[in-house]
Formats: sequence, C-alpha cells, structure tokens
Amino acid sequence: MEYTDKVLDHFQNPRNVGEIPDADGVGEVGNAKCGDIMKMFIKVSEDGIITDVKFKTFGCGAAIATSSVATEMIKGKSIDFALTLKNQDVVDSLGGLPPQKIHCSVLAEEAIKKAIGDYYTKIGLFPKEENNCQCCSSCTSCNSDK
Amino acid sequence: MSCSTVYFDHGATTFVRPEVLAKMLPYFGQSYGNASSVYSLAKISRYALTNARKTIAECINASEENEIFFTSGGTESDNWAIFGVTEAYKNKGNHIITTKIEHHAVLNTCEYLEKNGCDVTYLSVDKYGKIDLNELENAITDKTFLISIMFANNEIGTIQPVKEIGEIAHKHGILFHTDAVQAVGHIPVDVQSMNIDLLSMSAHKFNGPKGVGALYVKKGVKISNCFYGGAQEKNKRPGTENVPSIVGMAEALKTACDEMIYVNTNLTRMRDRIIKEIIQNIPDVILNGHPTDRLPGNVNLSFKYIEGESLLLALDLKNICASSGSACTSASLDPSHVLLAIGLPHEIAHGSLRITLGYENTDDDIDYLFSVLPEIVERLRNMSPLYNKERKE
Repeated sequence: MEYTDKVLDHFQNPRNVGEIPDADGVGEVGNAKCGDIMKMFIKVSEDGIITDVKFKTFGCGAAIATSSVATEMIKGKSIDFALTLKNQDVVDSLGGLPPQKIHCSVLAEEAIKKAIGDYYTKIGLFPKEENNCQCCSSCTSCNSDK
Repeated sequence: MSCSTVYFDHGATTFVRPEVLAKMLPYFGQSYGNASSVYSLAKISRYALTNARKTIAECINASEENEIFFTSGGTESDNWAIFGVTEAYKNKGNHIITTKIEHHAVLNTCEYLEKNGCDVTYLSVDKYGKIDLNELENAITDKTFLISIMFANNEIGTIQPVKEIGEIAHKHGILFHTDAVQAVGHIPVDVQSMNIDLLSMSAHKFNGPKGVGALYVKKGVKISNCFYGGAQEKNKRPGTENVPSIVGMAEALKTACDEMIYVNTNLTRMRDRIIKEIIQNIPDVILNGHPTDRLPGNVNLSFKYIEGESLLLALDLKNICASSGSACTSASLDPSHVLLAIGLPHEIAHGSLRITLGYENTDDDIDYLFSVLPEIVERLRNMSPLYNKERKE
C-alpha cells in the first residue's frame, strides 16, 4: 500500500511543527534506536481546552504525517476529547496507512496521552510515570534497552 | 514516472540498454525454439546460448564456457552455490565462514544451514566494512569447507581483498565463493587470478534484464543439483533455458566490460564530487564505507538527526530515486545490518542515504540533487527533536 495524498500533504506541509517553550504538558514517545521519536507540546486553558499544540518528530514520512494530523485533531478541543482519540481515528483521518506504518499512529496517540499525563502531573493530579520505550516493544533495539 | 526523473538507485536495479533489448527481441517471437530440440529453429537458440556462455566466461576470465551455469539471478546463484557445495562436501566438513555484511541471499541461507547441522562463522568488519584477513585465517578449522565473502557490498560499496581471501582459502584447501552481484560489469573480475571457485552474478545490475543470472563453478568443483529435471545446464540446473534473457545478459555484460574503464573514470569523479560537496555544504554528514576502495558509483551518507525514509520520500517528491538503510524502508524495525556491522549507532544508521550512479547519470543530475537536498535536510532537521537536543548540548 502506498501513502495517500493526505499523508503526503501532511508530510510536505506539516501543521503545528515546533515547540511551546512554556508548555503545560510535554509528551515524548519512541526511541531513536527504533527510528521514531515524537514529542508533543500542549497549552491547556483553565477550562480544560487544548488551546495550542506543537510537535517535533524524528521518523519516517508516516510518523511526521500522523504527528501533524493528530495535532490538528486535538487543537481547540477539550482534554476529555483528546483522551478519547484512538490511533485508528488518526489512520482514518489520513485515508489509511500502509500496515507496517500503523505503529506510527499508535505513537501519535501515545504522545498525546503522555503530554496530557504530564499536564496532569504538573497540576498535581497524577504521579510521575516511568519513561519506557513505547515504540513497539518488540524490536532488538527495545530489547537491548531492557 | 515523468521523463525528468533522476535515477540514483542503480544498486537496486538498472534499465535494460536499448541495444541489449534489440538483441533479445528476436528470441521471443521469431527464434523461439527450445534449445533442447533437434530441428534448425532450435539450433538458433542453442547457438545463442553457446555464444552467451562464451561471452560471459570471457568477461570474468573463466577458463572455459562450461563453467558458466545460467540461473534466475543473484539469489538463486548464492543459494545454489552454498547449498550445492554443502551437500557435495558434507564428508569434508560442516563449517562455513562468511561475513556479517553479506546480502540476505547468503546470510539467510547460512542461518538455515546453521539450524541443520552446519557451523557458521560470521566475520566482523572494520569501520570501512573490510574484513580482517588474519581473523579469516584464524577462523579456519579442520571442518571448514567453504568461505563465502561478497566481492563488493551492495549498501556501502566497500570492495573486499578478494584475491587474498582466495589465496587463504586455497592454502587451506577450502572452496571460495563470492557474491559478485554488485561487482560484475562494474569493476574488473578475473576468477582465475583472484582464486575464485564459485561466483554469483545478476544481469539486471549491469543494464541487462531482470530474472536472469549465472553461477560460475570452476572445473573440478563438486556441486550438487540446484534442482531436478531435464538435462539442461549439464543436468545441474534443469529447466528450459531463458534464451532471450540469457542473450540480453551476455550483451549487457560485454558492453559493460568494454566500456568499464571510460565509465568508471567518470563515475568515480561524480561519486567523489557528490561526497565532497555534500559533506562540505551540509553539516553533520558522515560517509559510510571506504573512501577509495569502493564501487565507482556508490555513495552512502548518514545525515544525523533525520530518518532515511522521510529523506527518500522528500527526494521522491522532487523526482529523485535513491535508497536508504533505514528500517522504515523495509518490513523490519531494525536498520541495515551492514551499517550496524560497521559500528554506526542505530539512530545514525536510520539516517542513511544511498546514491548509486549509472553510466547515464550526468553532472546536471548531481547539480539538481545539490539544488534540492540542503533544503530538504534542513526542513527535516527543524522538525526533529534530536536536532535541538544535540545542539543545546
């Protein structure tokens, strides 16, 4: 399966690239050894709306496109909505992904959840999580870390 | 593909030269006889096969044409060489020596044999991708019957000391097979002076057709059948011969060998120009492979902080075809075993770009690459969380 036009569009013209220096939550998932790292930055208003979101991604075209489209899907939405976002929603929004690239959409979902988790930790709602490699848990790179 | 496509992936495959195609065409519709038949239509095919075999034998300096066996390509030749010799020499031993940077056609064959009673030593390579001849000699045991080491690496282009490997093999009475798929038609190959017993080649790497190759088996070397059937290829590799493709392979190889000195002068110049100018103009770029003992058309560079597949995709959107050792270009999650074997960390191996030149590439193609590449690399790096991290450190 080839990349859809929408994947290529998000790869060529990614939305919301960058960092938010005073972010309320930051989530980084993946592992350079596996070839994918996604980092999401969110600003959250007092009433729980994600007012701004930015990303930085090291990875393949699909990793960049899923990051980009995921930021679009949660920007201006409530945290409650963002937490319901599933990787399949990201895949559907891009008009599909090749099977071996589905893990990129999982990374996007995890990056959002991790950024929200970080936000909850910062406001005192969550204990701090351990930073595990969540990219795939199966490649030799991950195993060598364990 | 548009006509403006710049093709920099000759290590993957090449187009069939028009003059090669012209030689092949009569054997599809006019001279289609089965070379095993008795009538004169079949004689034309038989004659074409004999000529092709002679031509190919001459191009690699085989002592006689009967040492050339036609196959379906590099993978079959590698598999047959290793399986066939393992079976034929099973009373001599069960130990094979190869390297960590072989093509999967050799590596996976050896891994299969390991599960079935063979011991295999996988030699490591230095940072340039070269084996150590002392390590090779030290690995030999009284059970070693085969050394299989590639002539030139498909990813990083490094050329091995083939003649010396053959000398060591013969000093110990061991057979030497070389996967020369990337070498034949590109650099001088002389099976006699280089002490080669078995050699694999594939036509589509030197502007011949896909689906055809050959295995050179030196006279006197025992090899069991590739498979079983009729009397073709001295009963060893039965099946009606693919005459049009075999004719194409011979024509392509003869042309490649005739033009080699001229073409290689130009390819080496263009290769070194690409390496020099990219490293000069883009920061944090590493050359993979040996600076001089490398295939004339092979460039392999790692661009730190970015991932190879995204680089290929961005180049493709500019109509440039290249390849990468990134995991994301394959079904596997690990980057290229060759780049890991030369000691690259995973994240740098993921950021590799392979450019393999062919005789039809020009300096205009390279100028075009230079006009788009820095901007692509900069754009991807600005998106990369590794880039910022490293720079702040």
